[in-house]
Amino acid sequence: MNQSFRVVVALSRRALNEILRVPGAAIPGILAPTIFLIGLSGAFGKAAQLPGFHASDFTTFIVPVSILQGAGFTGAATGVNLARDIEQGWFDRLLVCPAPRVTLLAGIVSSAALRSLLPASFVFIVALIMGVHWPGVDGLVIAFVLAMGLATVMAFWSTIIALRFRTQQAAPLMQVANFIAVLFTTSYAPKDLLASWLRTIASINPVTHVLDGARQGFVGAVTWHTTWQAVVSILGLQLVLGALAVRSLRRFGV
Amino acid sequence: MLRAAVALARRSLRTTLRRPQFLAPLLVFPSLFLAINTGGLHRSTDLPGFPHVHGFLDFQLAAAMCQSLMLGGVGAGIATALEIEGGFFDRLVASPIPRVSIPLGRIMAGAVIAAVQVVYFLALGLIFGAHIAAGVPGVLMVLLIGIATGTGFAALGVMLALRARSASTVQGIFPLVFVVLFVSSAFFPRKLLSHPADWVAAYNPLSYVADGIRDPIISSITATTVLEGLAAALGIAAAGIGLSVVALRGRLREA
Repeated sequence: MNQSFRVVVALSRRALNEILRVPGAAIPGILAPTIFLIGLSGAFGKAAQLPGFHASDFTTFIVPVSILQGAGFTGAATGVNLARDIEQGWFDRLLVCPAPRVTLLAGIVSSAALRSLLPASFVFIVALIMGVHWPGVDGLVIAFVLAMGLATVMAFWSTIIALRFRTQQAAPLMQVANFIAVLFTTSYAPKDLLASWLRTIASINPVTHVLDGARQGFVGAVTWHTTWQAVVSILGLQLVLGALAVRSLRRFGV
Repeated sequence: MLRAAVALARRSLRTTLRRPQFLAPLLVFPSLFLAINTGGLHRSTDLPGFPHVHGFLDFQLAAAMCQSLMLGGVGAGIATALEIEGGFFDRLVASPIPRVSIPLGRIMAGAVIAAVQVVYFLALGLIFGAHIAAGVPGVLMVLLIGIATGTGFAALGVMLALRARSASTVQGIFPLVFVVLFVSSAFFPRKLLSHPADWVAAYNPLSYVADGIRDPIISSITATTVLEGLAAALGIAAAGIGLSVVALRGRLREA
């Protein structure tokens, strides 16, 4: 157990080192959600004046979306990096080392969780500069924990795709899942204001609960009811996609 | 020159069709955005000052087309940069063809892809209940402005590739697409944009293109709006082609 933990830490440190070694690679993951935050606020800001839009302004409503989007991008980027390692043969060397494959997966995924704090922090600081109010320590901690959770979910997904296609060209497939998962929710407006078809999708989509959880403090007060729904949703997604990722990894190269 | 450019355009189109992973983002991402914007903010048409439209989908079609055309420009740039990286561009330069036909071929292919993009979004809109208020003449106007804009963005993509010579650098301008879109009237009426986006939008040529494409969809053709859109699209095309030719000369001088 101790040995496995050391492998997880080593793999996480390797992924984190990439931020220092290739800072340019981390910029799109930080820039994209920030551009969306500023851009969507500028373009759709007046939508907050619609009756039933229970937020002080559109920027406040959209901040948790950008935090989750950034986390999702980071998770998907983990899969792109894995595909690069597969292409360059480095992953083959990892596979022959005497570490359980689940440990390798844990290393990849935990690095995504840690890296997701970078875009989340940046987006949050930009939001504060834009005038978004302080969501409270509890609201902020919940939003960041859920962002880390979503990063692991997207890392599991992108790992499955990377192991299946073994090429960085599959990157759009990794990113598009994040795009759909986060935006086909109550991302733009409260559920009552959504078109009926999107309301149906948002009701089924478990990420809606995650977003509602991350939105606490920014919009409305933090409640136990919303928090546990978000936590259960993220754990469920981790369980399902984690199991599929473990299965893909066990079958890889066999 | 024209024969060589047409031959290179046909080659570019064949290459694009062989690698649909480059074509798919031009249609998939704007389609998803169209769905989310329409489904999430369809009640925006109730806002005071919002123009009279049959539905928010009608309004958003122009935004999806502009987004797709801009991504088409990035795609043309990446394809050109890959040819430079792979050495094909140098072989073309050494071949006995007018050198201007090299960027022109890629730009002509961009124009054809732009036509496909516009037709795709018009069809998608009609399938999901949009109306083209100006009928067939309106469709032709949308097509004309769309093709001119797509040609311009393809030319700008080629220009960037000739300057940067690296596909990853050209790919790096991807976020800029959204910056330009957000500070235009593509997604929302100009007078309902927040400050300072509304101020920038007044000077952004994409605002005029978007309004020109949108006008025949949501109303009968308004001469001023459509002509402004067409002028902006032709301006982007002329500037793009001019800059790509200048970039080609610069690259040949350095070679």
